[in-house]
Amino acid sequence: MPDIFNAALELPRIPIGQWAEGFVDWLENNLGPLLDFATNATTWAFDELSGLLTWPAPVVVTALCAVLAFVVRGWGFALFTLLGLALVASLGYFEPMMQTTALVLIASLVAIVVAVPIGILAARNRAVSQVVRPVLDLMQTLPPFVYLIPAVILFSIGATPGLLSTVVFALPPAVRLTELGIRQVDPEMVEAGQAFGAPPRQVLTGIQLPLAMPSIMAGVNQVIMLSLSMVVIAGMVGMPGLGQSIYEAVTRNQIGPGAESGLSVVILAIFLDRLTSSFGAGKGLLSRLRKPLSATSR
Amino acid sequence: MATVRAQNVYKLFGRNTKNAVRDLQNGTARDELRDRGITPAVIDVSFEARPGETFVVMGLSGSGKSTLIRTLNGLLTPTSGSVFVNDEDITRMSAKQIRHMRQNTMSMVFQHFALFPHRTIRQNVAYGLRIRGVPEDTLLDRANESLALVGLAGWENHYPRQLSGGMQQRVGLARALATETDVLLMDEAFSALDPLIRRDMQDQLISLQRELAKTIVFITHDLNEAMRLGDRIAIMRAGEIVQLGTTKEILDAPADSYVAEFVQDVDRSRVLTAGAVAEQAHTVRLDEPPQQALKVMRGNELTEVFVVDFDDRLVGSVAYAEATLAAERDQGQVGASVNRGAPTAQRSTPIVELFEVAADSGAPVAVLDADHRLLGAISRAALLRALGKAHVDATAGGAAKRTGEATDA
Repeated sequence: MPDIFNAALELPRIPIGQWAEGFVDWLENNLGPLLDFATNATTWAFDELSGLLTWPAPVVVTALCAVLAFVVRGWGFALFTLLGLALVASLGYFEPMMQTTALVLIASLVAIVVAVPIGILAARNRAVSQVVRPVLDLMQTLPPFVYLIPAVILFSIGATPGLLSTVVFALPPAVRLTELGIRQVDPEMVEAGQAFGAPPRQVLTGIQLPLAMPSIMAGVNQVIMLSLSMVVIAGMVGMPGLGQSIYEAVTRNQIGPGAESGLSVVILAIFLDRLTSSFGAGKGLLSRLRKPLSATSR
Repeated sequence: MATVRAQNVYKLFGRNTKNAVRDLQNGTARDELRDRGITPAVIDVSFEARPGETFVVMGLSGSGKSTLIRTLNGLLTPTSGSVFVNDEDITRMSAKQIRHMRQNTMSMVFQHFALFPHRTIRQNVAYGLRIRGVPEDTLLDRANESLALVGLAGWENHYPRQLSGGMQQRVGLARALATETDVLLMDEAFSALDPLIRRDMQDQLISLQRELAKTIVFITHDLNEAMRLGDRIAIMRAGEIVQLGTTKEILDAPADSYVAEFVQDVDRSRVLTAGAVAEQAHTVRLDEPPQQALKVMRGNELTEVFVVDFDDRLVGSVAYAEATLAAERDQGQVGASVNRGAPTAQRSTPIVELFEVAADSGAPVAVLDADHRLLGAISRAALLRALGKAHVDATAGGAAKRTGEATDA
């Protein structure tokens, strides 16, 4: 009697786990060349970019970054950059930091290239928006370890699975902020474009995108920050850089190297954040230079 | 020149609006449609803005006037009915044809200016031409000309945020004028400006319109503005036109209590023009004998009469005493005793400007067109009558007809 009762209460088990395994197997068996291509492409891009960033002496790169900081934001930021990067170099974490920078830049670039067009589509089409939103929610809430496992199976250990996970994790805000930015453009502006006979594409490129730029750039900034927050997790699957240094320090219980490499991540994060948040906000020398230029040249 | 004609235009928002239009036509109450989740914004609106006319649509917020103006250039498609621009039905046009029509025939000025903050003033003004594909150097020259027209030469390289509200809207106007389209849609164009600037802008529009003679459809919630600017005015309430007529027609005979309530607040002396209140002028021709002038004066109980030349142009006036003297001396022509200092006014002069003249000289004010032709005269009595509320007399029809003809020209 109780057995029957229990059996009746028991829900049938839905084998989602098996499906996921089957799906990953299928990917592995059928998309081999594509996966290989992705691995090769990301490895190549990573090697080239980190090679470029570590090719000059750390002092030279530090100086160049300080100049960039001055142009974009001003003296204070330049000074911070100079001291911060010099500190990292003196600690001996300059190469891993440049590797991390390279990975963050590649991941952000991929994320933005994918996210901005999706954001534009979502802003223009309610149906797209309604499909995209839950997918983004899923991407943001799914613990990164969950897709790290199949990523390693598909791409093996190295830069690629970490990079892919980073893209998945960092992409949503860029889509959301692009969509939001375009939706927030004053409808009268869009009407003005239409009233003068501008076709949809010109309304998009001439009015909506420029006016949504601060929001889109905030998305870019978010992407970069989220990419950075993934470095340790990505480091666990063999992505080179500061993440790996931290992971090693954690597994070996080394407090000193952990603190040093952690500080390096913080310095890099502040540098990249201040750098990219300036683009949309229109402060700093860059935008001050750009304005009079566009005024006279056009 | 272009005409814009709305023919039985309906615009409903909500679901299944086509059926709802049929229901409305069959007498379903508007509230019932609201309960079904349908908002009727424009209901069975028909009018024609004639070439060179300033046609004003006046209504409070929610009366459907902004929706209506957006159906005129296809920003909104009517649920039912047609909009004809130069006799072409834009509701049947493809998206591409509509764009072509907007580029070449119609431009628009917006309530909140809708200037592009990331473009310079010159680039804003050149926008319509750029969309049309006008070559770069022509386009910049035209933008500069257009800015000069609205009095903003020298501001070309500034950005919109550096300008005051009034200046920004002049840029908006310049942007619309730069395309040299025949039709200008103005959606509450001056409503966001403070009263003094608004007056300036109205004056500027009136003087520009005198020069350019565009077909203007102007939306406003301010009846004073409507009557200052409009050759004819359509008053909208809850999506329908409740009255359509000239300023004087609406002032003299409000269609219902709703319109009457609005009219109460109108400063008649500022919105009524000399042309609108002018009565038939009694004239003699230059070469006619003084006896003829006396006869006209006696016949109409006047103390003086206007003297015109062979083209109806005003020469001056002749008073009873002088005409009598001339008749006694047996002068052949009345022209010899003309007093050339007769007070005059332009057709578009608001009558508030005539009070002082009328007070100083007892003589009627002659109303002239641009060619100095005599259109009519305003006596002190006519001036007072125009200010009175219920003013219906035999000459009103004639005078209204006269302004009607004048604005059609």
